[in-house]
Amino acid sequence: MKAADAPTAARRLAVADVGRAGVLRGYGVWLTAAVVLIVLPWVVRTGAAVPIMNQMGIAIVFALSFNMLLGQGGMLSFGHAVYFGLGGFLAAHALNLAGRGTLYLPVPLLPLVGGLGGLAFAALFGTFSTSRAGTVFSMVSLAVAELMAASSLIFDRFFGGEEGITTNRAKAPLLLGLEFTRDRQVYYLIAFWVLLAAIAMYAFSRTPIGRMANAVRDNPERAEFVGYSQRWVRYISFCAAGFFAGIAGGLFALNYEILTAENMGLNASGVVLLMTFIGGIGSFVGPILGAIVFTFLQSMLSDYTGIWLLYLGILFLATVLFVPIGMAGVLMLHAPAWRARRVGRLAGPYLVAGVCGLVAAVGVIGLLEMLHALVAADTPSGVRRLFWTAVSLRSVLPWLVFTGLAAAGALGLRWAGPRAAAAFADANRAGAGR
Amino acid sequence: MTPAIELSGVFKAFGNTSIIRGVNLTIEPGTRQALIGPNGAGKSTLFNLITGKYPVSSGRIRLKGQDVTGLRPSEINRRGLSRSFQVTNIFPRMSVFENIRCGVLWSLGYRYSFRHRVDAAHDATERTEKVLEQLNLAARRHVPAGVLSYAEQRALEIGITIAGGADVILLDEPTAGMSHSETEHVVQLIREVTQGKTLLMVEHDMSVVFDLADRIAVLVYGEVIAHDTPERIRADPRVQEAYLGVPQGVA
Repeated sequence: MKAADAPTAARRLAVADVGRAGVLRGYGVWLTAAVVLIVLPWVVRTGAAVPIMNQMGIAIVFALSFNMLLGQGGMLSFGHAVYFGLGGFLAAHALNLAGRGTLYLPVPLLPLVGGLGGLAFAALFGTFSTSRAGTVFSMVSLAVAELMAASSLIFDRFFGGEEGITTNRAKAPLLLGLEFTRDRQVYYLIAFWVLLAAIAMYAFSRTPIGRMANAVRDNPERAEFVGYSQRWVRYISFCAAGFFAGIAGGLFALNYEILTAENMGLNASGVVLLMTFIGGIGSFVGPILGAIVFTFLQSMLSDYTGIWLLYLGILFLATVLFVPIGMAGVLMLHAPAWRARRVGRLAGPYLVAGVCGLVAAVGVIGLLEMLHALVAADTPSGVRRLFWTAVSLRSVLPWLVFTGLAAAGALGLRWAGPRAAAAFADANRAGAGR
Repeated sequence: MTPAIELSGVFKAFGNTSIIRGVNLTIEPGTRQALIGPNGAGKSTLFNLITGKYPVSSGRIRLKGQDVTGLRPSEINRRGLSRSFQVTNIFPRMSVFENIRCGVLWSLGYRYSFRHRVDAAHDATERTEKVLEQLNLAARRHVPAGVLSYAEQRALEIGITIAGGADVILLDEPTAGMSHSETEHVVQLIREVTQGKTLLMVEHDMSVVFDLADRIAVLVYGEVIAHDTPERIRADPRVQEAYLGVPQGVA
């Protein structure tokens, strides 16, 4: 009928739909993921790789659980770290009990303790937070986060005050003789749980309740009139999200052997929101991508610059303003062109736009770093190394150069951007057989 | 026979404004009935009361003999009543197929299950396919519902409404905003999908009303002033007055 009239809109909506992620159909994807997880530590062999991959794994589970709320259920939570943190604390305490022999709990099962802890608290707090959707839900989640921040000061014994709770996975009983003393052993344990949790969360999205979570997100009233209580649907999604956040918290306890109240604070809740959104809330892989990229940037940037948080903030801002569908959304936009074997046509225009963007970025980063060096006043010599060159803060030239680069890049983008967009539209034109 | 819907002494006020003022209405099972009345008469409000969207101020509502006054919309739906909306009310980001399936799941007993895989639920798939065929939307199954044409969305809306197999169907202006040929198509669709069921619909298009309805209820200023066969409604001077201000032939 009117298929050709609205292909752009259709695509935009299609990527927003978790249900149609046909890419994930079958077991092939999961097998591939398992193989990748197994060989990764043998392929990436730099010193910090394994600890960072562990961090990524934990972030992936956390971000996926967050997206059960935001992407699939339409619930924007500002306090999801509460369930991550509480699960983590419970897991840490359980590990300590196991270390003392009071409780038989092998280390590999620890994330499950975290999960059950997250589930229990989600089941409790969910009773009132999920009664309404939208702004009310967000505000209540904020209130719960504040409540827990206050509680962490009051319940000193449980949260360990400022030092937090430390634990030691080497003291717990062994299961099948597996011990977890070296990084790589911990990596495989985390990888196992990441895969398991990801499969479980994907499966959840394909159950009746998972589909109805989407329905309630889209139109709660309509869901009521096909027999579903919107409140129950939200509550069950919320509990499931709390469970998986708790698993992530348990993995955190197991990996770092320490938890502080910060791990369940507003900051941690903000970070998971950022990474999920940057990755893209419209598809299942979005949060995975976001968790990987965000964690990578977080650990890399902090080595090079003191204002890395600013860059992550800019990245988030740019995502919200220009590509609210996130990285996964952008990738999926290219699926039709990929299937039509027309992606090659995009390479040229994209490369030009990319170079322009890079030039602009270098200019902006240079200016920001020089400003920071000036304001922070930690460069008494007045010389800061930037982009492999020594830059003098007190001379005019570098300021001019970076301003010039930023301006040139921006102008270039204004020229190249529309051309890249036009190439994209051309590659997607329905029925273009050329 | 137990009435499909039975309203007794239903009142509804928003603040000081009474919208529904003592409605008594009995809808016999297996009939197709229309609710007509001038703008602002309270037709949609009455629908919202019957389906539980708004609570009644006083009075009782029975569905197939069961008292459903004060129940939530989802609970009333589970007792076999389903409705469509005046303003298109679908799941815009889900596919056409999934929209219908959402209407099917509860009635097949899947409820809030997280043990079943929807794609392996063959009964749900089958029923969904059947409804899609009826709607003539099978070719559009993978399209997100939000990008369907207006007429298609209206058809989808009816599809979601009937998908769960409810035996009491309420349609709120199913042909609003449609062209003549689209209207004909929808009337045919409604006739098909409400076969052997109870239908109550709000409709402004009199040709549709007289085409489909076995009986017509006329609502004016929150009161049912007449409830009778189309012929007698057409001849009723009170109805003519309500519509035209003077006793004449109804438009």
